[in-house]
Amino acid sequence: MSQTVSINMNIIEVRNVTKEYSNHVALDDVSINIPKGCIFGLLGPNGAGKTSLIRIINQITGPDKGEILFDGQHLNQSHISRIGYLPEERGLYKKMKVGEQLLYLAQLKGLSQKQAMDKLKTWFIKFDIKTWWDKSVSDLSKGMQQKVQFVSTVLHEPDLIILDEPFSGFDPINANLIRDEILELKQKGSTIIFSTHRMETVEELCDNIALIHKAKKVLDGPKKLIKEQFKTHTYFVEYKGDLSELENVYALTPEKELDNGFRRTNIHLGENASPNDLLRDLLPKAEIRSFGENIPSMSDIFMRSVNEVPEA
Amino acid sequence: MRNIFLVIRREYLVRVKKKSFLIMTLLGPLLFVAFYATVFWVALGSVDTKTVQVLDESGLFRNEFKDSETLKFAYLDSSIDSAKAKFKSSEANALVYIPKNVIKEPKSVRIYAAKNVSMDLKSEIEKVIEKEIEDIKLGEAGITHKILEDSRVNVNSETISLSEEGEKTSSSGAATVIGGICAFLIYMSVFIYGTQVMRGITEEKTSRIVEVIISSVKPFHLMLGKIIGVALVGLTQFVLWILLTTALTSATSVVLNNKMSEQSPEVALEMQKMQNGMPASNMPGGNVENPVAEVLGAVSSLNLPLILGCFLFYYLGGYLLYSALFGAVGAAVDNDADTQQFMLPITLPIIFSFVFAQFVLRDPDGTLAFWTSIIPFTSPIIMMVRIPFGVPAWEIALSMFLLVLGFMGTTWLAARIYRVGILMYGKKVSYKELAKWIFYK
Repeated sequence: MSQTVSINMNIIEVRNVTKEYSNHVALDDVSINIPKGCIFGLLGPNGAGKTSLIRIINQITGPDKGEILFDGQHLNQSHISRIGYLPEERGLYKKMKVGEQLLYLAQLKGLSQKQAMDKLKTWFIKFDIKTWWDKSVSDLSKGMQQKVQFVSTVLHEPDLIILDEPFSGFDPINANLIRDEILELKQKGSTIIFSTHRMETVEELCDNIALIHKAKKVLDGPKKLIKEQFKTHTYFVEYKGDLSELENVYALTPEKELDNGFRRTNIHLGENASPNDLLRDLLPKAEIRSFGENIPSMSDIFMRSVNEVPEA
Repeated sequence: MRNIFLVIRREYLVRVKKKSFLIMTLLGPLLFVAFYATVFWVALGSVDTKTVQVLDESGLFRNEFKDSETLKFAYLDSSIDSAKAKFKSSEANALVYIPKNVIKEPKSVRIYAAKNVSMDLKSEIEKVIEKEIEDIKLGEAGITHKILEDSRVNVNSETISLSEEGEKTSSSGAATVIGGICAFLIYMSVFIYGTQVMRGITEEKTSRIVEVIISSVKPFHLMLGKIIGVALVGLTQFVLWILLTTALTSATSVVLNNKMSEQSPEVALEMQKMQNGMPASNMPGGNVENPVAEVLGAVSSLNLPLILGCFLFYYLGGYLLYSALFGAVGAAVDNDADTQQFMLPITLPIIFSFVFAQFVLRDPDGTLAFWTSIIPFTSPIIMMVRIPFGVPAWEIALSMFLLVLGFMGTTWLAARIYRVGILMYGKKVSYKELAKWIFYK
């Protein structure tokens, strides 16, 4: 019974997948669950194996060992039309007209010509690109081409959208436009896999993450839980005064001098110590401007996880 | 399956809509008709008549030079010096001077002309003089003109090919021409369309669209779709060429017929009969020496449906065999410039077949002809050279069977290289690497 529940929750289940190339292992016994309806961050340094995994999910290549389930079924040809893929290396037929090209790509994803036409019209109005229909792709700027390619990725309303570095090449205005589209797609029930190096995007958008490093999964789960896991029980305080007396009780790490004689210091608490006690101790010693817990950023988590893994 | 059709449709439409396709389609028949027309004009001879003055001091050649459509002879009685002086002001094109002692010194004959004399004119004059001197010398030896006439036999052989359908006049000349044209067309189209497949694949790879496409279409289907799409472009081009050429040649024939009836009614007559489907050998009076009629007659005696059928088969077979290999090269490299290193092993057999074709034309049933028309890599070109001469059915069947096996083999091989190659960016690939790709699981 629990089996069926988990199947319904996950759009993708990667089970013990191994992929080897002639001279290196790209994925080593990787298992990841991607829950439905979330924005999932697939993180990892360059060459970690993210693209290999994405290609396997897209059925561009197959795994050597292990299996992939899509919505509870073994991944097969029928799932192709339910996935939309925006590769990191963007590309369109340069000499083909924008409209023709989008029609072609949509039909390859299983839409009829008429369906594709109707949906395209909506998108062309939405992005205000009606005049582009008869233009050659080579006449568009790089940002414009990116927009066209984004449309081609989501046009067939896939259940799973895989975006590899979706914001590269966009100016801030268009990046925002795309970001809003992504959130809207999530609202409509699509699951989105993000593969990215940009931690601020992950911070902002992702609900769940998985971190791959040197072909192995290092870490995965909901972003909140992972942050909880990586908490160091460190608090920061910005103050004016002298805390040297507290050095015997707490581990203090002075960080920097601030303006107007204020300083910032990190204070490490033991597992069971309470921040209230700390505050009580601080109050008589100094004038406090700001106090809070140091929540690890995704960037910190990324760096720490990657550096903890010993060099192979 | 639906996706293969989508790919084929795109590949086909993109190419057919190109301006270069339109230009090639129109230019091809024009070139062909221009060629065809030139052949006829040459066969008819040039229209303007040349005048040749003859100053014959020996007196042996008076009225021996016969006027023809193109040449008129005028006999002078003046001295050579005054003839030379007057020549410049006259309208004559050449002046032939035959000295008195021509029999003893045949080399003393001189031809004067404002411009260089054509080889035809020179050899005609030499022939007449040689013959006359020969006659005189024979006469001196006691052989009369009568004996001479009787001893002269003119052999003009006709090749008769024996087949189940009975005797048929054929001409090895026509077979040579048809075989040559077919071989050349296949040679050209394998190169042109094979390269198009290669370029198309490299373009998809360098523009990186391939990753999007193969997330929807299996790599093998994409490759196959492209190959078939381009093949259809080639077929469309051939069909359009044949239609346009037929239309243009019939138009040209009408013009030529009119022209010919003015010039030489016999030729025009034969032309018309030829077009009504009468083979040359049935012509009354055996007036077959006319070269134009002879060629047309011989062509109509060949088994044209068989040739056309085989042409289509070998065009497709040869194209499929090689375009798969071209496709593999396109997938292995990153840009057009890198294709060179892998092109050689593919182009060599094509170029060799074309070179062998010249030998095979001379000896269409020899050992070289047999083997090269059986081996799939050379058979598309060589077999097309041989077919107009007649090839045993079992040889054609074997050759076709092996060609089908051949292109299935190259397609399999190409697909193995293709699926790895299209996702391999920024890497210079060696033959060793390619071999490894083939055996990837």
